[in-house]
Amino acid sequence: MTTTVDGPPDTGAGAPARGASSLVEAVFRAREISIAGALALLILGTYLANPRFLSGQGVRDLLLNASILVLLAVGQSAVVITRNIDLSVGSVVGLAAFACGRFVAGTDHGVLAVLLLGAAVGVVCGLVSGALVSFGGVPALVVTLGMLYIIQGVDYWWARGDQIGAAEVPDPVLRLGSGSVLGVPYLPLIALVVLAATASFLRDRASGRELYAIGSNPEAALLAGIPVRRRILAAYVFSGAVAGFAGALWLARFGTVVADNAHGWELTVVSAVVVGGVAITGGTGTVWGAALGALLLTTIGSVLVVLKVDSFWQGALTGALLLLAIGVDRVVNLRMTAALRKRSARHGNGV
Amino acid sequence: MNQPAEDPPPAPAPAAPVLALRNVSKSFGAVRALHEVSLTLRPGEVHALAGENGAGKSTLIKTLAGVHRPDGGQLLLDGAPVAFHGPADARDAGIAVIYQEPALFPDLSIAENIFMGRQPRRRLGRIDHRAVRGATAALMRRLGVGLTPDRPARGLSIADQQIVEIAKALSFDARVLIMDEPTAALTGAETARLFSVVRTLRDEGAAVLFISHRLDEIFELCGRVTTLRDGRLIASEPLAGLTADALVRRMVGRDLDDLYPKQDATVGEVALSVRRLTREGAFRDVSFEVRRGEIVALAGLVGAGRTEVAQAVFGVDRADAGEVRVDGTVLRPGSPTAAMAAGLALVPEDRRQRGLVMEMSIERNIGLTGLGELRRHGLVRRALERDRAADWALRLRLTYHRLADAVGVLSGGNQQKVVLAKWLATGPSVLVVDEPTRGIDVGTKAEVHRLLSASAADGLAVLMISSDLPEVIGMADRVLVMREGRLVAELPRGSATEETVLAAAAGVGGRAAP
Repeated sequence: MTTTVDGPPDTGAGAPARGASSLVEAVFRAREISIAGALALLILGTYLANPRFLSGQGVRDLLLNASILVLLAVGQSAVVITRNIDLSVGSVVGLAAFACGRFVAGTDHGVLAVLLLGAAVGVVCGLVSGALVSFGGVPALVVTLGMLYIIQGVDYWWARGDQIGAAEVPDPVLRLGSGSVLGVPYLPLIALVVLAATASFLRDRASGRELYAIGSNPEAALLAGIPVRRRILAAYVFSGAVAGFAGALWLARFGTVVADNAHGWELTVVSAVVVGGVAITGGTGTVWGAALGALLLTTIGSVLVVLKVDSFWQGALTGALLLLAIGVDRVVNLRMTAALRKRSARHGNGV
Repeated sequence: MNQPAEDPPPAPAPAAPVLALRNVSKSFGAVRALHEVSLTLRPGEVHALAGENGAGKSTLIKTLAGVHRPDGGQLLLDGAPVAFHGPADARDAGIAVIYQEPALFPDLSIAENIFMGRQPRRRLGRIDHRAVRGATAALMRRLGVGLTPDRPARGLSIADQQIVEIAKALSFDARVLIMDEPTAALTGAETARLFSVVRTLRDEGAAVLFISHRLDEIFELCGRVTTLRDGRLIASEPLAGLTADALVRRMVGRDLDDLYPKQDATVGEVALSVRRLTREGAFRDVSFEVRRGEIVALAGLVGAGRTEVAQAVFGVDRADAGEVRVDGTVLRPGSPTAAMAAGLALVPEDRRQRGLVMEMSIERNIGLTGLGELRRHGLVRRALERDRAADWALRLRLTYHRLADAVGVLSGGNQQKVVLAKWLATGPSVLVVDEPTRGIDVGTKAEVHRLLSASAADGLAVLMISSDLPEVIGMADRVLVMREGRLVAELPRGSATEETVLAAAAGVGGRAAP
């Protein structure tokens, strides 16, 4: 309790609580800083072993490889923050990439039309998942797992073993995937813009904060008058749109698309988000953290290639990192709750 | 904010009602929660809503709050009919509700909790975080508390959570303030402060609807009282001239037997013996004994370490030093399983989170502690489980529809009975109960007391933690008082009065423990 039984509130009471808030902030910042630190160490170590890793082309490749995963992680974060999950993103990327490929093959459609089409495909998928989860009340894990297989099925049926080659894709689209400004490729720039816009939305917009509120305590969110179902639907539509958009970028980057593009990426995306400090139980974490998580996982993949380590180690390493992240979360959470409780109890008195 | 407690409500100038219910009915399936109930709330008036648990108070509040829509009847705002389509509508109409169980967002800061959904904006619709923090700090000053706006709500005590809810109501200058059992978890000083805030709001012209099971609080704070029983309106009348007995009779529809039916029991040998129990940061050097047939109360201020002692005795928390014996057997520290095997039972303070599995049926909840004996060939025998539950339901006068119903649909008092049944069914030799009657109505309270007393008379040793002083005085054979983690006094039944217990708990005089 915080009562000051006699006299005016004593100003000293603010001090411990102030400490509590900076403690929390420190914990969250510590997460992002430690990932950034791990990333820096990883890159430095690999550079010492093989200096070519940090050549201009090496860095460009790294950024290009990370861009799509970062985008997907940003979309996924919005869903996970509401205490839900979207496992369908991998197959949405595949479907959107293929749809865009079919759309542009042998035509001279512009870049904007392709990006819009990709996003639109994603929006439709997100609407279906989101409606089932929010209005249908079906657990997110089941809904999006089902959607993953359905979308994949649609994709296979449509492609029928077909593939679209780079030769059929118009040049402006391909240039989006390979071009750059001032030496920085377009893709990472696009990812950065989406990332910054989403971060600002989640931090400064009422509806952004409401996503955190929903994930933190869904019942309280209802009582606070938050349109919970609409917000959850919106989070899925956003995640879908970003995934579809990423599908269009996939086409631009690789030129070639087949039916099972981005197969299995959903789990990598969820791992990146969790490693980046977005709690799988909702309510906490930032997209910056999630993006760092995505960058870290991508870098590990590239490092293993550069160091000529067998690629199956990548899965094991990702898994270990995931468990480490969750373990750290758990310990920090327990410690923090205990510390906050003590602070709450310390200024206790009364009758 | 130190207003005298005895200021009378302002002269009953019949201001126009701000919010009213007219012949409102509401059913859930076959259960009729409200039947043609009317209620009028006027500005500048604190209106009490009285009734036992299950009388329909919660439904009425949720109707006013826009959570439930009435099946029949009308909701009038400033005399005109309105329909609330959700909590946001009610809030926009200036109605603030403080629920019995505060509903906060643990991961978000106090400031965000208060302004969620109505944050002040800067240009381009961006939240003005600085203004949110500043306004929160101002509210905390107004309430006279030292909570910092940036602190997350996680880990706040219930009293502090309550404060945040009140600040939330203050933040939008509510015209109607509805408080459901706001004092259930508050200490005396906190209650006094809350009341002074409520009086200020009332004098500023707010209409307040106040729900409490503590009759003295109703008489102290309110001008009018509306009584519900079984979903029907019994009376709506001024409190002046009404006696507590008359009010209780309206609530229960019968005369109450003694609220504290303490039977004299023969005190037997020592059942629970606690020696020099210590847990750093919580309590230190706590020693006491509870004998068969005895009810020993553990009193003290909130935060004195009473619950922590109970948790350590039962092994939920591990004690750093000391030993606990049940019937002479030393308990393995930190093991609730060992404690249960030795004959110890704990009815925790927070029944929603620790006492019950809310989604599970009544019979399953009662059966949970006895799965060992209900089992044959590794499978639970449902028939036996059901028999046992039916037996206990009868003994505890449980009010329920079917034993297969989820515990969550029962009223608070009946939930508490289920928790008691669950533990008494294990046939313990020591029962530890933490706040056995918090937030439950007078009728059920008396039944819980009768049950504890009868169990003690049958040879059970009872350790009862309670902040309800009349309950401590009325029920206990001995009162142990804790202060700041230490046992500071032991008062036998004869010399324990509200004054002596309070004095020991607050550290003014009192006898030291041996």
